[in-house]
Amino acid sequence: MHGTRILDEADRLMTVCNSCRYCEGLCAVFPAMEMRRAFSDGDLNYLANLCHSCGACYVDCQFSPPHEFNVNVPKTLAVARAESYAAYAWPQALSGAFARNGLVISLIAALSMAAFIFGFAALNDRSVLFGVHTGPGAFYRLMPHNAMAALFSVAFLYAILALVMSVRAFWRDIGTPIGGRADGGSIVQAIRDAGELRYLHGGGVGCYNEDDKPTDRRKLYHHLTFYGFLLCFAATSVATLYHYLLGREAPYPWWDLPVVLGALGGIGLIVGPIGLFVAKLRGAPELLDEQRYGMDVGFIAMLFLTGLTGMLLLILRETAAMGPLLALHLGAVFALFITIPYGKFVHGIYRFAALVRYAQERRTAP
Amino acid sequence: MSPTSSHRADGMSSKYDVLVIGGGNAALCAAIAARRGGASVLVLEGAPKFYRGGNTRHTRNMRCAHDAATEILTGPYTEEEFWEDLLRVTGGQTDEVLARHMIRESKDILNWIVEQGVRWQPSLGGTLSLGRTNSFFLGGGRAMLNALYLTAERLGVDVEYDAEVIDLVIEDGMFLAARLKRPIKGETEIRATSLVAAAGGFEANIEWLKQYWGDAADNFLIRGTPYNRGSILKMLLDKGVQEVGDPTQCHAVAIDARAPKFDGGIITRHDSVVFGIVVNKHAQRFYDEGEDIWPKRYAIWGRLVAAQPDQIAYIIFDSTVVTSFMPTLFPPIAGQTVAELAGKLELDPAALEKTVTEFNAAVRPGTFDHTILDDCRTEGITPPKTHWARRIETPPYLAYPVRPGITFTYLGTRVTREARMLMADGKPSANMFAAGEIMAGNVLGKGYAAGMGMTIGSVFGRIAGREAARHAKN
Repeated sequence: MHGTRILDEADRLMTVCNSCRYCEGLCAVFPAMEMRRAFSDGDLNYLANLCHSCGACYVDCQFSPPHEFNVNVPKTLAVARAESYAAYAWPQALSGAFARNGLVISLIAALSMAAFIFGFAALNDRSVLFGVHTGPGAFYRLMPHNAMAALFSVAFLYAILALVMSVRAFWRDIGTPIGGRADGGSIVQAIRDAGELRYLHGGGVGCYNEDDKPTDRRKLYHHLTFYGFLLCFAATSVATLYHYLLGREAPYPWWDLPVVLGALGGIGLIVGPIGLFVAKLRGAPELLDEQRYGMDVGFIAMLFLTGLTGMLLLILRETAAMGPLLALHLGAVFALFITIPYGKFVHGIYRFAALVRYAQERRTAP
Repeated sequence: MSPTSSHRADGMSSKYDVLVIGGGNAALCAAIAARRGGASVLVLEGAPKFYRGGNTRHTRNMRCAHDAATEILTGPYTEEEFWEDLLRVTGGQTDEVLARHMIRESKDILNWIVEQGVRWQPSLGGTLSLGRTNSFFLGGGRAMLNALYLTAERLGVDVEYDAEVIDLVIEDGMFLAARLKRPIKGETEIRATSLVAAAGGFEANIEWLKQYWGDAADNFLIRGTPYNRGSILKMLLDKGVQEVGDPTQCHAVAIDARAPKFDGGIITRHDSVVFGIVVNKHAQRFYDEGEDIWPKRYAIWGRLVAAQPDQIAYIIFDSTVVTSFMPTLFPPIAGQTVAELAGKLELDPAALEKTVTEFNAAVRPGTFDHTILDDCRTEGITPPKTHWARRIETPPYLAYPVRPGITFTYLGTRVTREARMLMADGKPSANMFAAGEIMAGNVLGKGYAAGMGMTIGSVFGRIAGREAARHAKN
């Protein structure tokens, strides 16, 4: 027996599935399952994070409800996956953030944005806050660059530290030998699998929604969101290099690299999350982990807010709205950063680690 | 799509070109082929939507002839080889003309079924011996069904679930109408120009099974849904369609005695017979456990167990072979001694000890290899174990209780090469066709080879649909 009810159920299902194996060709979960005859907590958390929740194994299963064997792998693994985020969270004292994650994320986002608004208002003259600023250094008239850089570096580095510690605990739990290292080839394979969302495909036809007709565009919207996020991150990184290496201060002209990257990324971060949210609304209720609805929507909303405020800032940066918008955008990004280790963001990190492990297992399989 | 006005004979009640009764592989192949042939088609599935498809929902592959390796098949499987395999498993009890026709048509099915949305994958883990001959459905039989239903609905085939047919109106070998238990769109009678009966065998009808098996049938477990009651087969035979096949013949395997009475499907089966011995309730061995290699050996144990007292048997093995076969749904029952194991199985401990001891003493040295007919065998006991015989001596001692698991029955309606039913007087029916398990007995007099049921379903389903549409359009 396992530590939790959901792991007991996952164990029961994997025993059923391992004696059937019809779903072997659908994704990585079932081949990984077949390499085992018994399942530890770590094994089940590994399988849970390998699952991309496409739903194909549910509609293909002859034993799904109302059958008495009651096999619902996507939902069971979704719950197990969400519980694994809390189980591996660092520091453990903050794992409770996953319990009512939607609330936690909204509160932090609201507080963060409010703090920037009030901070800007308190530290700046009204005429500066609502003034029209143009040319290099315009943003820094509202908040000195060094202060901005310091604040966001601290938030970002903390997020990285917490993520590394969490995924380390996960890796130790799913690895054999314990603490074994990942090899380069497996990492490259996992980057490829994650980059193309190889297993979010319903066995090749797309994901499943309200019925047995695969029509979901989740893969497309996830790509827009993920690559939008990466482009925005790249925009910020390029801008940082411009600032420190070239001495060129933001805002940059519309044709310059940080703006082009940021604008493209921003579009992805607006369109992608909307698509993901709609897909969520249309998702088959029997496959969803309703308990984690807040966590999923909270994360989607954070990404959307980041994209939206960023785009508005870009469009209106030469108007009097720039000051308040900058505060909102910085507030959204700050909230996103500090909640990274305690929200849905971690799904990408754990899933990537699971994909590395899977690539490794495939390479060493007899 | 509703039947168009041109298909309404009297303007009052609807009439379809083709009525398909049944909802599995054969039925859907017939419906799709008929629709593609230009007919209006209604499918009546007696089961609720979740349980649609009869035994197809539990299948995973199909045996088709092919002259060259494909993306998912490792080598050629010629028509002649297929025919020889069929001849061997049926012991010659097959209709050669019909069987050869089916085998020839099966070659085209490999592509046709993909055009209907079904996707193939290489043979599943643990079934490598089928990698050359059998094509596996990606996601299994229910995935295959989902694809066929999706295609049928996109083409405009009407499908009704929970649509139980309680009577067929047949005059002089001519189908006129089907009567429904529950009205569909206000009508309890569906008329059609052609009928395709693809409603399976009677494996879930215990009362009917008892006519041939007696009370033993009470101990049978049914691997598919409780909806496979054979009511359409019975109506057809009662109304003058010629019967084919031995009513006691069926596909039956040994499945775990702890399985549910119905619909346990694939996961309750046991492939471990060759790794141990099989005893009956008196703790006596009764058949050579090492006779033949998987999957050929697989389909004989259902009937063997059915012939034992109380239709129960026990596969006995020891801890050294636990990882030699696929993990099982139900864990093995374990004992530190043979006597303790016997106690848990409610067998006579002394008798089981004697059986195991005698078996162990009879085992000759050899080199074990479960992938070939190896040289590990017994000497001096009856029945012998002719291959893979190794001593059972390393505790814990383990056992699986098994019962006959009935997959499908072979009694059916006789058909022609066009899948047209023959009447008892030998005349072909004007407008009645049959496909799938309901006519499998034409090809399978007895025995079985993996994937054959689906071949019969798809090949004759497609033929029946095509011919039914042709009749309706003429």
